[in-house]
Amino acid sequence: MKKLKLNYVLLSLSMIVILGMIACKPKNAGNAVSADAAEKAYVAPGHYDEFYNFVSGGFSGQMSVYGLPSGRLLRVVPIFSNDPESGYGYSEETKPMLNTSHGFIPWDDQHHLDLSQTNGEIDGRWVFANANNTPRVARVDLRTFHTAEIIELPNSSGNHSSPFITENTEYVVAGTRFSVPPDNVNGDVPINTYKQNFKGTISFIRVAKEDGKMDIAFQLQCPPVDFDLSHAGKGKSHGWFFFSCYNTEQANTLLEVNASQRDKDFIMAVNWKKAEEYIKAGKGKKVPVKYAHNVYNESTHTATSEIKNEVLVLDTKELKDICYFIPCPKSPHGCDVDPTGEYIVGSGKLAALIPVFSFDKIQAAIAKKDFAGDYEGIPVIKYESALYGEVQKPGLGPLHTEFDGKGNAITSFFVSSEIVKWNIKDLKVIDRQPTFYSVGHLCIPGGDTKKPNAKYVIAYNKITKDRYLPTGPELAQSAQLYDISGDKMQLILDFPTIGEPHYAQAVAADVIKNNSIKFYKIEENKNAFVAKGESEAKVVRTGNKVDIYMTSIRSHFVPDNIEGIKVGDEVFFHVTNLEQDWDIPHGFAIKGAPNGELLIMPGETQTLKWVAEKSGIFPFYCTDFCSALHQEMQGYIRVSPQGSNVPLLFSTGKNLPKSDSTKK
Amino acid sequence: MKIAKLQKLTRILVLVCGLSLLLVLVTPIWRIDLDAPQYPEGLSLSIYAKGLAGNVDIINGLNHYIGMKTLHNSDFFEFTVLPYIISFFAVLFIVVALFRKKIFLYIAFALFVVFGIVAMIDFWRWEYDYGHNLNPDAAIKVPGMAYQPPLIGFKQLLNFGAYSIPDIGGWIFIAIGIVLLALVFSEMKYAKK
Repeated sequence: MKKLKLNYVLLSLSMIVILGMIACKPKNAGNAVSADAAEKAYVAPGHYDEFYNFVSGGFSGQMSVYGLPSGRLLRVVPIFSNDPESGYGYSEETKPMLNTSHGFIPWDDQHHLDLSQTNGEIDGRWVFANANNTPRVARVDLRTFHTAEIIELPNSSGNHSSPFITENTEYVVAGTRFSVPPDNVNGDVPINTYKQNFKGTISFIRVAKEDGKMDIAFQLQCPPVDFDLSHAGKGKSHGWFFFSCYNTEQANTLLEVNASQRDKDFIMAVNWKKAEEYIKAGKGKKVPVKYAHNVYNESTHTATSEIKNEVLVLDTKELKDICYFIPCPKSPHGCDVDPTGEYIVGSGKLAALIPVFSFDKIQAAIAKKDFAGDYEGIPVIKYESALYGEVQKPGLGPLHTEFDGKGNAITSFFVSSEIVKWNIKDLKVIDRQPTFYSVGHLCIPGGDTKKPNAKYVIAYNKITKDRYLPTGPELAQSAQLYDISGDKMQLILDFPTIGEPHYAQAVAADVIKNNSIKFYKIEENKNAFVAKGESEAKVVRTGNKVDIYMTSIRSHFVPDNIEGIKVGDEVFFHVTNLEQDWDIPHGFAIKGAPNGELLIMPGETQTLKWVAEKSGIFPFYCTDFCSALHQEMQGYIRVSPQGSNVPLLFSTGKNLPKSDSTKK
Repeated sequence: MKIAKLQKLTRILVLVCGLSLLLVLVTPIWRIDLDAPQYPEGLSLSIYAKGLAGNVDIINGLNHYIGMKTLHNSDFFEFTVLPYIISFFAVLFIVVALFRKKIFLYIAFALFVVFGIVAMIDFWRWEYDYGHNLNPDAAIKVPGMAYQPPLIGFKQLLNFGAYSIPDIGGWIFIAIGIVLLALVFSEMKYAKK
């Protein structure tokens, strides 16, 4: 009896313990939002956001633009992928933008963005974008939010450590993620000859001060490793660039294991002012290569693509004092420089700590030749000689760091799914907040410049799982907005993104919004096929090529009846939008068009190529609801069999030929 | 004793009026502001002595829906004579100030008032013409609806609210009228003393 009682007591006790443990289970992530969050992220209808947020689109190849703090999607800007919505990459004018030495490549994997800077501050002129697959760098004009230029990178494969810029936008860099044999040698070599035959190349793209035009100033030939991310020095370290690299094991297979063997890989410090001196001294070698340079001309509304044949290469093995390796724990990813330019933060993906390097100490070590030997002919600075200190136990899987300009850094942790704020001087952790889930990049407005505007930090997450209503197996990636104006970082908003967001940029709206143009001036339109008024509309046949100089204005096309087209004709619809008013684009679509449609901005001319495949009547119409009579904005084109004698006629508002003569 | 000469202050003010009138040559005299749900930023038509300015092309584009004639400077003979008339009054006022004769002031004032009235009647006539003589093939036809903008003040015309008011030049013109009126009174009173 007594024993039985004891059993009851034990049973009840264990129940209590179990219940207590359930109660102790940390609360679910959804509870991490406090009551005033909605108020902080709320931007009333009709009001502007405080910040622009330019977010890379990953495998979508595009850039999306959000307003902060609302998280409202403002625009998706097509850069490396063609875009049926706007006709980018489909119109004859924009096709050359996607030309490469491999031909027309209408997609890419867009990872990082960097806004142009003057004196280390965002100047709001351009945003640069990298293409991670077929290596390219693009420049988007922030007056028009249109891709203005794309340059391909020779001797490279997988342009990942890009498009980071120097503090006066002197250079945009690009670094190869895959080391490969250089373009001008026979690449048909055994893959396992990686160490002998493969090279790592870093490109410095010069940016013209006035118009932003890019050209490859020089390339640095480096030992074969995987170059990962980079950031320019600033202030005192202006003139230097820092690149993280992994796979210093030089593996060519099963990198997951084979490139994770060494305890420390490197951050490569590049003295680009020294490289400039070598070039002046004639030390650069002109190497034959092939790469495309595509420029969009804003007055002709037309892109041209030029294949270039030469690049200037500096061999960093021979020219000793350009590059230095700094050991950095375990496959470093992020390589971020604080606003003063003194501290360089390396984030080893597999490291349990964050090393912070000192620019002054690096300089002293170079001066004293305080080296631990060399790696493939490049001096390796002793870890301790470059190190300012280590942040101990910051989290698991550090990836990227941004700065608040108040002496603190915020680092993203993929594995422990959190962002962690720490002080740069004393290297102590101040605050940590969870992300949902597995944050990759993060962004503070101006967080990689000399002058951060640290009101928010945005975390860009790789996994969303249960965060939104389910949409089948494929789910959106997401961004999370934290208010960092106080000591504690506070989650205030969570919004899905287009594609996979990698590095992003944010800037106060005032820097951009007043330069935004409302329409293109028709009198400045220099397109070869422009019709500046309805009287200039015409149809011209040259052999089997038919050029239709068409105009659109609310709510009709001129011409809207076209006859005399024959099967096999290549018809080019050159549509000029005559409107000179804000937000009145017109679309153009024709039945059976295998490529796409056009979306033509006021004052712009765009061309759709359409091959007449069979005889009959083909309607065309405006796709962008432009006015109350938008549905009336339509026309017909008549296609007759080859050899038919239907005359070439075109009109709007009257019948040509006269209606009685066509009665059947 | 009857004094036929103008007071010194009157002469200075009349001179100022004459010189100010020259400003009317280069400033907008009248404006018609339009706003609609689709035009939160508003559209504006400015009337200068020499012609129309502002969003003329956009307004012309929109007006084709209701069949209103498009606005062209060359359709208004007024724009060829207005600069001369304004210059004439400017010179006239300067002459009045120089010659110091009261009677000149009274005549100048009377002419100025007559000109103002004629100008407003002419303006109304044009507004009536544009608002009523519509193309019968227009896409939008509202029975009984005319689109005459208000001479002065506000009027709703379909989705557009039209607000017609004097602009800088017009206000200068009105101010000159008031100053001259005051001067005429003052001179008459002074004469009776």
